[in-house]
Amino acid sequence: MGIRERLSGNEAVANAMRQIDPDVVAAFPITPSTEIPQYFSAFVNNGKVHTEFVPVESEHSAMSACIGASAAGARVMTATSANGLSLMWEMLYIASSLRLPIVMSCVNRAVSGPLNIHNDHSDSMGARDSGWIQLYGETNQEAYDNIIMAMRIAEHKDIHLPVMNCYDGFITSHSVENIELLEDEKVKAFVGEYHPEHYLLNKDEQIAIGPLDVQPFLFEHKFQQAEAMRKAKDVIKQVQKEFYELTGREYGLIEEYKMEDAEYAVVVLNSTAGTSKEAVDRLRAQGMKVGLIKPRVFRPFPGEEIANALKNVKAVAILDKADGLNGVGGPLFTDTTSAMLINKVTAPKAISYIYGIGGRDVRVEDIESVYKDLQEVANQENVTDTYRYLGLKGGRE
Amino acid sequence: MFESSKINAKSTWKEMTPGGTIYDAGNSVDFKTGDWRSQKPVFIRENCKQCLLCVPCCPDSAIPVNAEGQREDFNYDYCKGCGVCSKACPFHAIEMQ
Repeated sequence: MGIRERLSGNEAVANAMRQIDPDVVAAFPITPSTEIPQYFSAFVNNGKVHTEFVPVESEHSAMSACIGASAAGARVMTATSANGLSLMWEMLYIASSLRLPIVMSCVNRAVSGPLNIHNDHSDSMGARDSGWIQLYGETNQEAYDNIIMAMRIAEHKDIHLPVMNCYDGFITSHSVENIELLEDEKVKAFVGEYHPEHYLLNKDEQIAIGPLDVQPFLFEHKFQQAEAMRKAKDVIKQVQKEFYELTGREYGLIEEYKMEDAEYAVVVLNSTAGTSKEAVDRLRAQGMKVGLIKPRVFRPFPGEEIANALKNVKAVAILDKADGLNGVGGPLFTDTTSAMLINKVTAPKAISYIYGIGGRDVRVEDIESVYKDLQEVANQENVTDTYRYLGLKGGRE
Repeated sequence: MFESSKINAKSTWKEMTPGGTIYDAGNSVDFKTGDWRSQKPVFIRENCKQCLLCVPCCPDSAIPVNAEGQREDFNYDYCKGCGVCSKACPFHAIEMQ
């Protein structure tokens, strides 16, 4: 029946890592993810885990060490944020293309510059096409649950892709919440032992990893990666089902909140979904038919599921905590609207809202204003201002 | 089981290993790098004293040594023409052309 606790997001994630007891953790501290390797190194020093902890000199080295260890056959985990993730850039692609099932927490923070240590999603959104599976969690509980499921998803024989466990810096990482932990032995049984089929330290099979891959080969290897990413949707659902059977906590590729009869919907990731649920409840009390969609997975993108959930709404606002800087809208907006089009859900009017950049506070009233905007949008003949900003001082001209 | 020698330019994605990992050792012999060469070392046998200074200098192990411990002519399948051997030879027994 689980263990009732009260922990910060980072503490919960570090405890999940203690329970998983990976072979290697290589990490470099960066706010707001620093506490993960900090707590974890205490577990190492107190003999709570058997992990080889590698305190490297940079994030490029952190991911490089993770890649080396994973290629050697180890179960590997790490954590980072913002510019730390940026410094891993080259190695993120190496990890995914070499099909190494590394699990990394990305505690979301704005990527500089100018320097800002607070929460937005510009870090993980920048890495959205690096071939990593990306899970997003609203609460400490989800950050904890996701990292346990991430291990199983990454190491699944049909997948073998690295997984990023994304949750909001400070808001989730440093806030203490009530949480239900699993017993250590249940986590160990759920993730199982890791026995890779091919690994560098196997003395009976001399392998080479990451060799030269010229014109007749790379295309096919990229296709294999894309296939694994496509298959990951089913594997994630299967792992979520097993996790539900173990814990009673039910997850899907997306979470729908009061969407059954909703006329106006918001699509938003991570902790702002909690704020938005409160806005939904308040507006529902006033008789507005509003709902919320929270993607729990961003890569692979649950396009069909989101489009299907939106098919009966009049208008939808897609909220991005990272500006696309592409002249069109945020990354969640562009992927959602593409998915709507190819799934023939073209009736709802769709608006991109950029919000919360650099940790700008987002209140329930802000989200309520979005739903009220949608009411206006639904009644407008021609909506031309589809690229909007929420909480920007001075507004957009 | 995948064998690297069976994976070639015609292989489909189903016939290739995930991530391009090579599961069997010693496969660099299958990859002939000699066609990268723009300059060619020529072995002048009459000048050679069999000192073997050239052999460990070759980054591609393209100077074969026989059972009697004597170097033989270059293996041009793998020589990239870097010229290090020619600089290492004190007896002008290797000439770059």
